[in-house]
Amino acid sequence: MDHADNPQALAPSRWSLGELTSRTWLWPVVALGLILLVDAVVSPGFFSIRIVQGRLFGSLIDVLYRGTPGALVALGMAVVIGTKGIDLSVGAVVAIVGAVMCNLIHRDMSPFTVLVLTLGAGVLCGMWNGFLVAFLDIQPIITTLILMIAGRGVALLIDSGLIVTFRSDFFSAISTGQFLTVPSRIIVCAGTFLALWLVLRRTALGLFVESVGANSAAADLAGINAKLVKMGAYMLSGLCSGIAGMLICGDIRGSDSNNAGLFMELDAILAVVIGGGSLAGGRFYLGLTIIGVLVIQGLTTSILVSPLPWQFTMVVKGVVVLIVLLLQSRRLRESIVGLFLRRKS
Amino acid sequence: MRDRYLPLLATVAVFVLVFAVGAVMFKHFLSTNVVGDLLTDNAFIIIAAIGETFAILSGGIDLSVGSMIGFVGVVMAHLDTLGWHPLASGAMLIAFGIAFGAFQGIVIDFCEIQPFIITLAGMFLLRGSCFLVSLESVPVKHPFVSDFSDWHIDLGGGGRLSSSAMVMLVVLAAGVIIAHFTRFGTNVYAIGGDPASAKLMGVPIRRTTVTIYALAGFYSALGGVVYALYTGSGYPLAGLGDELIAIAAVVLGGTLLTGGVGLVFGTLFGGLIQGLITTLVNFQGTLTSEGATIIIGVLLFVFIVAQRTIMTTFMTRRAI
Repeated sequence: MDHADNPQALAPSRWSLGELTSRTWLWPVVALGLILLVDAVVSPGFFSIRIVQGRLFGSLIDVLYRGTPGALVALGMAVVIGTKGIDLSVGAVVAIVGAVMCNLIHRDMSPFTVLVLTLGAGVLCGMWNGFLVAFLDIQPIITTLILMIAGRGVALLIDSGLIVTFRSDFFSAISTGQFLTVPSRIIVCAGTFLALWLVLRRTALGLFVESVGANSAAADLAGINAKLVKMGAYMLSGLCSGIAGMLICGDIRGSDSNNAGLFMELDAILAVVIGGGSLAGGRFYLGLTIIGVLVIQGLTTSILVSPLPWQFTMVVKGVVVLIVLLLQSRRLRESIVGLFLRRKS
Repeated sequence: MRDRYLPLLATVAVFVLVFAVGAVMFKHFLSTNVVGDLLTDNAFIIIAAIGETFAILSGGIDLSVGSMIGFVGVVMAHLDTLGWHPLASGAMLIAFGIAFGAFQGIVIDFCEIQPFIITLAGMFLLRGSCFLVSLESVPVKHPFVSDFSDWHIDLGGGGRLSSSAMVMLVVLAAGVIIAHFTRFGTNVYAIGGDPASAKLMGVPIRRTTVTIYALAGFYSALGGVVYALYTGSGYPLAGLGDELIAIAAVVLGGTLLTGGVGLVFGTLFGGLIQGLITTLVNFQGTLTSEGATIIIGVLLFVFIVAQRTIMTTFMTRRAI
């Protein structure tokens, strides 16, 4: 049992080292802080933010800007992981949604209709996953693996194997435009986060998700419709991937079914886990997931602005993720602390 | 206990069915040529999938398989430019694979982190290391490579059992023996069935977990060596996404992802079915790769649902 689950351990009776290190939020925040600190040393202009052509500009804004699609996907992933599930299909959903959107735009529909249908496609994908997981009782990893493998094929079919491009002021504005100097996609992401937080944390829904994740059968007996909660979680993940797909397509003004959202699922899962989520289900943290995304994106951006060649990105990412994971392991921490204490006495 | 062979039978049936479809549709499909190529082209992925089978049988998973294939190939090609014999560099890299897998196993058991996450980090590490070694495709020029692809056994009718396929069949046999005729194999099934009761029964959890992932590392590194010899090159993006093909091969082979149920031998057919679908698509000519991915996806779906039904009826029958 984790300390965070134990209300007595959570109460700040004393701020000993052991107490402090067992806090969920500590390690991701420390990791992010360290990355930013290294950035400050390596590239002096990292924190400067200025306004260029009526738009905020700077490395920090860049981290946020590039992190948004990943953050959206990770938010949906966090909820799915909270129900003891996993969604490997998010990258494929991004590709499907992009293909749907680009082809609808070519049919001269109003942007609003396209928006609704596009996001609907995302929700539909999630519904398929959710149906298999909740009602046919198939393992989440294999359910979403099916859509992950077949989904990219579906996207390619919709696009007839081509890269479909489009011109749409509306979708370009959502993805690459700005509102009151703030890039609009950051607003979209922040809005989604706020909506999710209100729906999940200001109502009992979030608790439902966590109880289903902790013990689905017990939650069912307690009167929670576990099947519906699971289904809802996957639909939410589909919606989030849909929004992300919209932003990604709006960015390149086209749908590249082969590459859109490729390997996004892996970054999203890592972000959720860095943010204290457990693949064993039963807990999810929206805010910390965003921190997790920023850790990963911050790392990528820092390597790009540092003198290190870009090839180092993945290795450094792997090492940092491994270290954060190891630090989060209570057992490892305890044995290290134990080692110190023994040496002292 | 014939029930245990039901999923395997289903897999073999699907394989035969798909093959029959090909034989009816195309004149030259039913030949030793196609069989030989099928075994050769899919040898590396099936080898990697055998290791994956052990991870999945124990209720875990290994996502570092594809990156390991790429990493082994790139390093082998690099060592080739330094004058190493492919067998020497291959042996060294297999040792590395075992060590890397064992490390993942230690972290999984000692730090109590899910295998999915640790091997995901391992996947990033290995793929990133590929880029550090080389960014381009590097040929392996040692004459051993052409010797390796020349060695074969004639199957009659023009078909050849290549050395890649032979390596695959040998390690498959080894895998079957390890899984079904050793104490370690029994322990793997026990942990996969229920880790808590396995522990209570005295199964050495740590030793077994470390060995499982070391074995997975061995098989994926060997898959990488075979792939490098088969293509005669090392490419940093080689094996990208192959962990999923390997997992799909294991699942199509009748192994349950929940662990504890399945046969190593089934993985051979799981891998061959995927290869067969690709071959069919190639024979057909007008279908594109997206056709193949959708068919494999649908097949996976049908399989899982069928397995589910078999398992449920089996469980209820046992309960009565």
